[in-house]
Amino acid sequence: MHPYLHIENASMVFDTKKGKFVALSDINLKVEQGEFIALIGHSGCGKSTLLNLVAGLLEATDGVLLLNDREIKGPGPERAMVFQSHSLLPWLTCFGNVHLAVERVFGATETKKQLKARTEAALELVHLTHAMHKHPHEISGGMKQRVGIARALAMEPKVLLMDEPFGALDALTRASLQDELMRIVQETHATTLMVTHDVDEAVLLSDRIVMLTNGPAATIGEVLSVDLPRPRDRLALAEDAHYHRLRHEVLEFLYQKQLRKAA
Amino acid sequence: MSAVTLNEGSLHDIITAPDSEPLPAASTVRKSPRPHATPWLQTETGRAFGTALGRLCRAGLPPVIGMGLFVLLWQLVSVSSGDQGLPGPARTWEAARALFADPFYDNGPNDQGIGWNILHSLYRVGAGFGLAALVGIPLGFMIGRFAFLSGMLAPVISLLRPVSPLAWLPIGLYVFKETEPASLWVIFISSIWPILLNTAAGVSRVPQDYLNVARVLNLSEWKIFTRILFPSVLPHMMTGIRLSIGVAWLVIVAAEMLTGGTGLGFWVWDEWNNLNVEHILIAIFIVGIVGLLLEQTLMLLARRFDYA
Repeated sequence: MHPYLHIENASMVFDTKKGKFVALSDINLKVEQGEFIALIGHSGCGKSTLLNLVAGLLEATDGVLLLNDREIKGPGPERAMVFQSHSLLPWLTCFGNVHLAVERVFGATETKKQLKARTEAALELVHLTHAMHKHPHEISGGMKQRVGIARALAMEPKVLLMDEPFGALDALTRASLQDELMRIVQETHATTLMVTHDVDEAVLLSDRIVMLTNGPAATIGEVLSVDLPRPRDRLALAEDAHYHRLRHEVLEFLYQKQLRKAA
Repeated sequence: MSAVTLNEGSLHDIITAPDSEPLPAASTVRKSPRPHATPWLQTETGRAFGTALGRLCRAGLPPVIGMGLFVLLWQLVSVSSGDQGLPGPARTWEAARALFADPFYDNGPNDQGIGWNILHSLYRVGAGFGLAALVGIPLGFMIGRFAFLSGMLAPVISLLRPVSPLAWLPIGLYVFKETEPASLWVIFISSIWPILLNTAAGVSRVPQDYLNVARVLNLSEWKIFTRILFPSVLPHMMTGIRLSIGVAWLVIVAAEMLTGGTGLGFWVWDEWNNLNVEHILIAIFIVGIVGLLLEQTLMLLARRFDYA
């Protein structure tokens, strides 16, 4: 059986003023449908670049990326992205932001009423029905990020791409959004790639953790299968020996094998 | 020494204490016949009045002093220049009252009330600026969006932008053979640059995040324009409009001096020929005040379009 998302020998070279900069080299990854993958590594190692390749925002200088046996050429609504900086349009309400995406994907085939219902359902999914008609500057950072997730999910994407979606949030908000994300992914069975630098988040959420070596010319160092049963509960896991073993393996990779020389 | 400071402290306590609390030493300090009645300034409304007054003084005092000094300086210059010299504030004020007593008379094309002259100038600014906006805004969008067009037009714009507005007047007169379209042309060509360049800068500064959203959603060029570019550029565009109207208002007086007929600029030149210096001073104030009002109105309008 073919893997759903297949990255083969992908590399990414940027032309900079100081000459060529090799960000990623020889990335090979196979992702099954419905899998949750966490990409982890030190900052600057090219995690986001890899995500942008899958999103189609960047084009690999070498190698192939296949989604469902078709080459990824440019961005498309079947790969929805949740940005680190929420990226909501400040002149649209929460409803308007989600509706923009819904309209793009389903506007040609569905009635206005159906589009409205889809938008409302997506906001309901992230528990934001009450803030539907507020503008982004009127709601908290966590709520903005939830709108971003709702916008991505409303497109019913085949692949959900998340670039450090909770990086800018405080620990408590982050935890509750992680729980919500786990619930949503369980409900929608979306194939998910999430960039993170939070070890706990990676272990808690993902099926496999892809660990990148330090750049330049970063590549996949190790892949760790997280075989913890679902649904996962953060409190129970806190006392789970296997959870700690997995967590330790990631930490060992990050802080022993890939320790960044003090920059 | 310490007793004195203690007394001052308790006095301060009394003055600032909320009136709902009992005033412990009130009777000893105030020899009031009614010891329980608070003075008006210490009641709720009284204190609100006090703070409002204070705030008004702090905000209003510097401008009032500034204007006062300005008028004083004017008076000094006027006095020191002698009887045939610059008219002082009082004489100018009298002339202004006479002038504004009948602002809308009409004694033929070269003798109209001050109101008509102001309206003529405003109309020219509006029409010339309107044309500039009509051309400048779409062109600005295109320059911001398409690097090729930007590269193509950049040298032309850099060449034409620093040209003094009045240098365009002869070209206008030659091409249009008439003064009215020629002065509109001068307004147009001198006020188009701020609005064009600000719009273009706004478009090229649309946050990459928003454009990434557009790309991930695969929005059509029209949707990108209406939902992302236009709202995002609007604040920049408003700045451009404000600067453009400012330039147009600066230029109109000079242009009308040369073209004649009607308008504030013509009026200034006419009064110079009549040696009516009071009216020239009044004209300077009118130009200043109308310019200020235009600016403030547009600032208010711009604030409505500021997101974030």
